[in-house]
Amino acid sequence: MNAVRRGLGNGLVQVFLVVIGLVWLTPLAGLFVSSLRSSEDTAEGGWWTALASPGQLSFDNYSALLENAGITQAFFNTVLISVPATLLVVLIAALAGYAFAWLDFPGREPLFLLVVALLVVPIQIGLLPVAKLFGQLGLFGTIPGVVLFHVAYGLPFAIFLLRNYFAEIPKEMLEAARMDGGSEWRIFVQLVIPVGRPAIASLAIFQFLWVWNDLLVALLFADSSSQPLTVALQSQVRQFGSNIDVLAPGAFLSLIVPLVVFFAFQRHFVQGVMAGSVK
Amino acid sequence: MTATTATTVTAKAAVGPPSPGTPFVSARRRRRRGRVVALLFAFPALLLLGALVVYPVLFSIGRSFFDASGNRFVGGDNYVEMFQDPATLKAIRNTVIWVVVAPALLTGLGLILAVLVEKVRWATAFKLLLFMPMAVSFLAAGIIFRLAYDQDPDKGVLNAAAVSLHDTFSGTSSYPTARARTGPGLVAGKDGSYATSKAVTPGSTVVFPMVGVLPADIPDNASPAYQAATEHPASDEVRGVVYLDFTPGGAGTPGIIDRQESGLPGMKVEAVRDGKTVASTTTASDGSYHFTHLSTGSYTFKLPASNFAPPYQGLAWLGPTLVTPAIIGAYLWIWTGFAMVLIGAGLSTLPRDALEAARMDGANEWQIFRRITVPLLAPVLTVVFVTLVINVLKVFDLVYIIAPGPVQEDATVLATQMWLVSFGGGNNQGLGSAIGVLLLLLVVPAMVFNVRRFKRSQR
Repeated sequence: MNAVRRGLGNGLVQVFLVVIGLVWLTPLAGLFVSSLRSSEDTAEGGWWTALASPGQLSFDNYSALLENAGITQAFFNTVLISVPATLLVVLIAALAGYAFAWLDFPGREPLFLLVVALLVVPIQIGLLPVAKLFGQLGLFGTIPGVVLFHVAYGLPFAIFLLRNYFAEIPKEMLEAARMDGGSEWRIFVQLVIPVGRPAIASLAIFQFLWVWNDLLVALLFADSSSQPLTVALQSQVRQFGSNIDVLAPGAFLSLIVPLVVFFAFQRHFVQGVMAGSVK
Repeated sequence: MTATTATTVTAKAAVGPPSPGTPFVSARRRRRRGRVVALLFAFPALLLLGALVVYPVLFSIGRSFFDASGNRFVGGDNYVEMFQDPATLKAIRNTVIWVVVAPALLTGLGLILAVLVEKVRWATAFKLLLFMPMAVSFLAAGIIFRLAYDQDPDKGVLNAAAVSLHDTFSGTSSYPTARARTGPGLVAGKDGSYATSKAVTPGSTVVFPMVGVLPADIPDNASPAYQAATEHPASDEVRGVVYLDFTPGGAGTPGIIDRQESGLPGMKVEAVRDGKTVASTTTASDGSYHFTHLSTGSYTFKLPASNFAPPYQGLAWLGPTLVTPAIIGAYLWIWTGFAMVLIGAGLSTLPRDALEAARMDGANEWQIFRRITVPLLAPVLTVVFVTLVINVLKVFDLVYIIAPGPVQEDATVLATQMWLVSFGGGNNQGLGSAIGVLLLLLVVPAMVFNVRRFKRSQR
């Protein structure tokens, strides 16, 4: 009796989870199917009607998108912003993380507590002052400006993560390397970085996605020639409805890279997102 | 809420034997050199944090005490204005709604899914699927949900589902454009219904001639009403037809049931006595209906207004009232996987024997969940909840993208309002800074919590 009830319960659980899974998949599937339809078909009926007549579907919207100079430029800008912003955060935070974990300098403890406090600072509060500062430095509206802002606001979490990870390196190992006469730089490059690889990978993935997906920062700091894909698409959203044939493939283009990263590095991705959720 | 990775992943490194032979350098000189090297390592980070994070925070706090132009010190005026300006007040109210609703819903949903998913074999695939939206930008998610929430049921999948669900339960066979031929015997009610004008006694026939029916509204199974209209009612019966009083080609006579004229199936007919509906029925495919076992007396027969109601069009998801719940829905789509995976990680650390012992003692799944799982998971649930509160406070892109222009002011939250006031036309950077400071103040408890937790972990 109990076993029957449990079996029945399990069946219900399976059905429930399948329904939830479908609900979760539908919006993304809808975007993808929409991105394959012409604007005429979209005006005539919802994307689900295309499932009955798959002849409607084609990659024409995508080829049109690739010929759209504004969009391709924006895509490259996204890469030009995300890659340096990720590398710089990893490099600068690894250096600082090592210093905070193993090197002695005045003010180390209070400075690190400050970093911990900065973990949750909302980026909104930095927009206006940094915009003024960048204006004076000639960085406003440029890719380096966007990158620098992302690096600065990515640092507290990055330093926190790497410092805590590096602090777990056995002391004897570092002592041994120092005994061997290695300079701190050599120890950093040859020992700390390789040992810290898992944490660095999680950090890099998290930071990359954070910057790739950012709208707010680029909306303010990038001009029309340096704007990433998110900003270019955002300006299209105003005419929403008439331009699904641009918006849907554009949105899909912007999310395909994160999705590939997600499926390629599931474990690091989940860890990075979990760890970085404070932001 | 802080880096879970940092504590769960530990550096695995082999410890080599210390090698002999240390070159002699004066201890003091070495220490000084060490400090210089250390500062060099930390310098780039400290410079960027100082110039682009710490200084801006201080600047914004200062700026918030000045007026829009930045030239006049106004004390706390911007903070007073924040709670008087209707738009900002709306933003505060919406942010409160977000903070109250979204984290609680997500934690609850995450908990339920985390517990349930352990019972199926495809748990990993399910977790992966639900976590996937975390990789998608808020912008893309915004576009996805702008599509899904489209009010036109022929465009938005949500209203398409709502309409088909609605029509399954309350019937689709309505004739929104139809009118009855009023005049002798039939009157139109104020509410859009049609009723017999004279009292009808059992044993009679009542026909309803209709016009103005769109060909598309006539169901495929509709058949001519002529035959049914000739049947005679018994003494306790009322019979009749509802038919389309129109013959294509114009051969028909108004008010007469011509041979080809179609019955209208699915039409609701009511028998009313002394102002009360005593019986109701629906017409068959030939438009016929009949009431049996009517007690003697006088009746009115009526086609209620519901027959002519316009078709259900779904909900205005992105209208002023529903826009915030709709955007929260999109937020759930993104973050549920996060809550589920984090809670699931906590779940896997629960002592198996405690759960097994409870099962042995005959506790059912609900009791185990309520009395053991939830209390033991409380710390994890708190972490998830607090993390989500911090995230929700800063939600910007989703609101900015999903809320259509005219509804933007109904959906606005602190983060979008800060943007609008400072850069998006408002151009009042004093008030904008004050909103930024408010956002900062709201996360101060989390800041204190983080610092305390870190200090404790160092002891």
